[in-house]
Amino acid sequence: MSNEDTLTGLAEIVEEVAGVSAADVTADKSFTDDLDIDSLSMVEIAVQAEDRFGVKIPDDELANLKTVGDAVAYIESHRA
Amino acid sequence: MTGIRLAPTSPGSRIAGLGHYRPEKVVTNDDLAQIMDTNDEWIQSRVGIAERRFASPEDTVATMGATAAAKAMAEAGMTPADIDTVIVATCTAEVQVPHTATQVAALLGIRAPGAFDLNAACAGFCYGLAAADHAVRTGSARTVLMIGSEKLTSWTDPADRATAIIFADGAGAAVVTASDTPGIGPVAWGSDEQHTQTIHIPDRSGRLFQEGQTVFRWATSAIAPVAIEAAERAGVSLADIDVLVPHQANLRIIDAVAKKVIAAGARPDLLVGRDIITTGNTSSASIPIALDRMRAAGQVRSGALVLAVGFGAGLTFAGQVFVCP
Repeated sequence: MSNEDTLTGLAEIVEEVAGVSAADVTADKSFTDDLDIDSLSMVEIAVQAEDRFGVKIPDDELANLKTVGDAVAYIESHRA
Repeated sequence: MTGIRLAPTSPGSRIAGLGHYRPEKVVTNDDLAQIMDTNDEWIQSRVGIAERRFASPEDTVATMGATAAAKAMAEAGMTPADIDTVIVATCTAEVQVPHTATQVAALLGIRAPGAFDLNAACAGFCYGLAAADHAVRTGSARTVLMIGSEKLTSWTDPADRATAIIFADGAGAAVVTASDTPGIGPVAWGSDEQHTQTIHIPDRSGRLFQEGQTVFRWATSAIAPVAIEAAERAGVSLADIDVLVPHQANLRIIDAVAKKVIAAGARPDLLVGRDIITTGNTSSASIPIALDRMRAAGQVRSGALVLAVGFGAGLTFAGQVFVCP
């Protein structure tokens, strides 16, 4: 799976959890500042991403994922 | 020597009456914003609570429980003489000794019942309902008064914006009696012993502490499967469930659990208890309060199939299907 596929999958999760259009979920966007996603929605996104991509995203790591690109890079480097 | 003889069993048990009590004092988010750094928008968006009830100094875990129980007995058409067992699920009793159940019995004039308290925190109602069902079916009891009663405000720091905005006070009760057909399904219960300190009160003078994000992650991922398992154990299709009543911990947890239960086969128009909006989180009392208020509002009718799931400190969880009285 490529970075692009990961981004597409993550965007679908963000749309489902937070109601943000998947098309707006691009690598440069900040979850908090650009997409207006709060910490609880980030947890829900992390839980779904764990299931979908087979990675573990603990809360302390989650706090470091500021942008969509950060999350894609984390998923890519940690997936089994 | 003869062997031990068992009591005559009952093929099932059912809830014959429900009741609840909410203290009079309404506390709004604006009221709380006067005493701590919080605001209505933040509380409503993160927790889903608009207002909650706080007990008066005269309200105790026992008096609130007795008030709720008297209403449940009235609906069931039972007098104190009909009750032979009293169970109180609570994690906020004012004192450890004596326990609350005998105090409730004294307040209601119930003579010499089997009486015990049970602490499974916010899962207490579902654990207590299971204990009541087991006692009735095995012949240990004829009719059980099962109560969830909590005065969380005794144990929260009134200025702690992480907990004081969430937790509230109240009681709910169910009368459980023998039935020819099962009205209460098998319980799906368990715990996560790796997270004992995630929600805790450090000592007897301490105040309740909660790692909110850890609890949120656990509840939004682990609890829907418990509800689904409870339906499976009862041999009931999720599509047959009329009402889902999760413990009223946080509206976003409730909605996340409901979404997963619907995705697993429940009807899209499944009624979901969202009583937290005007009652707050009342721990073991939240499920019976939510269900009883949905009945009073005409949303849930007698005979409806209810799926309840409690979860909280421990971390502990339990769920079961039952028929609404």
